[in-house]
Amino acid sequence: MRFHFRKRNTIMSKSLKRGALALIGPVLILLIWFVMADVIDNKLILPAPDKVFKHFITPLANIIGLGALTKNILVSLFRVFFGYLIAIIIAVPLGILMGYSRTANELGNSVISIFRPVPPIAWQPLVLAWFGVTSAATLMGLTRGDAYVYLNNFKISMTFIIFLGAFFPIVTSSIHAVSSIPKTWIESARVLGANEWDIFRKILLPGAAPTIINGMRTGLGSAWTCLVSAEMLPGSLSGVGYLITHAYEIARVDVVITGMISIGMIGAFLDFAFRFLESRKFKWQHQIK
Amino acid sequence: MKQQLSSTNTQYSLKAASLPEEIKPVYTLTNAIMHESNPIQEKGLISIQGVDKIFVSERGHRVHALSNTWIEVAEKDFICIVGPSGCGKSTLLRIVAGLEQASSGQVLFQEQVQNKPHPQIGMVFQQYSLLPWRTVEENIILGLEIDRSSAHKKKETAERYLELINMKQFRHSYPFELSGGMQQRVAIARALANDPQVLLMDEPFGALDAHTRILMQRELLRIWEKNIKTVLFVTHSVDEAIYLADRILVMSARPGQVKEIIDVDMPRPRTRSNPRYGQLSEHILDMLEFDNISQSDTNNEYFSEVHA
Repeated sequence: MRFHFRKRNTIMSKSLKRGALALIGPVLILLIWFVMADVIDNKLILPAPDKVFKHFITPLANIIGLGALTKNILVSLFRVFFGYLIAIIIAVPLGILMGYSRTANELGNSVISIFRPVPPIAWQPLVLAWFGVTSAATLMGLTRGDAYVYLNNFKISMTFIIFLGAFFPIVTSSIHAVSSIPKTWIESARVLGANEWDIFRKILLPGAAPTIINGMRTGLGSAWTCLVSAEMLPGSLSGVGYLITHAYEIARVDVVITGMISIGMIGAFLDFAFRFLESRKFKWQHQIK
Repeated sequence: MKQQLSSTNTQYSLKAASLPEEIKPVYTLTNAIMHESNPIQEKGLISIQGVDKIFVSERGHRVHALSNTWIEVAEKDFICIVGPSGCGKSTLLRIVAGLEQASSGQVLFQEQVQNKPHPQIGMVFQQYSLLPWRTVEENIILGLEIDRSSAHKKKETAERYLELINMKQFRHSYPFELSGGMQQRVAIARALANDPQVLLMDEPFGALDAHTRILMQRELLRIWEKNIKTVLFVTHSVDEAIYLADRILVMSARPGQVKEIIDVDMPRPRTRSNPRYGQLSEHILDMLEFDNISQSDTNNEYFSEVHA
């Protein structure tokens, strides 16, 4: 009993220690920021932290005429999820197919290898030429009303940029996930009478899931990173990315930093949520290695 | 030479009597070539007829794994296949399982051509064949799931085979939580749960330590006696073959060919202290050793044949 208690105690102190270690970095940066802002004393170069944090304390206040911080964050989140969802829908099945079938791999691999190194930002001119300011509202034929105002925020061009950011990490990890499934798993299902559909459902999908989820995590991070370049496109009037570019134009560096911190925090939170899911759902994967 | 072999059209049944004292192989390669008529024409459950397997690598290299192999397997036979590494014994098993196609010749199962996995033929692999995201119980019923059996039948079958392998208390464990021996027990249960007529085993205990291996052999015989199936068991270990088999099939090095078939004329349960055990073991090891020495020659001979 006593031993048990002690053991638990050490576990607690261990996680406490880890938490403390994780805090050191941010606290240090904050300190340096305070000192530097004081030394520089120019809010166009580096505003003091408290000027930035006041935006987080009053998240519902209107910032530089673009509405509340929370509203902009929500708009950005929806945009990212929209492009991200489309990327998942296309990349996961395509990756599984390419991981499983050699022919499909040879067919698709050259295309993916060529397009993957192109940064999504480089697509901007083309994307603009192709999609212009077409939005979800235009596609639905709306020209007025609340729904129009809302849906007009979701431009095809932005979705496409975000889609590109998420697509490649997901498709490459899906290919890798399926092609690294041991042959014995597939064969042992096959001798039990499995057809191709059974193999997909019972072996490929669950066997590849941990690696695919891992790719989806990277993909989400990458999609989130593309947000700023997506929201720099014309026709955008809201979102954290737009907040940053617009604040830059009117020399509000405190708002720029507020936007950056928002993106960073949300990205880190999403990443954490994914990791949590992975550690809960796919315990087996870490054990077989 | 090859032409001559197939023209004799010999079929070797493994159901021959053997003499108790000296070791008289039921069949030898030289016998088969010399004598045109084979005394036994009985058809087995599995009939491997003149199977050849040539693998062609991506770079165009040809590897002749199996050459003109004829085997008749009777129902409820426990057959062990031994031979040097690379003699094609696993390939032979995979062809019977329908995972690999013969380059020429054919395999008949219940008088039907066997070229794809058959529900009546189960297989146990060397290792790591369990699905790591499934519990022991879920692994055992994989075949029933694929078969779309009822929930009731799945539960009942899981129960029966967990009992058979003595692993009821591990039903909710994951493979990574089990020892290698336990994992192989589950793999055997998974193959048996489909209730196949034939069980193919590809060095199932090859990755286990010596002690566990002996325990598993005993365990397998216990299961086999309760639940008699036709077993084709590939192994490196001569000792294992003598302990388990009704008949031992000795194969020659690449290209693999059946060299000799030996009846294991010892009562079960067998003890390794039985003098017969040593005799048989010596005889088979001699044969394998001879094969290792002459292997380089046969390879050269074969090489010229392919490129001629």
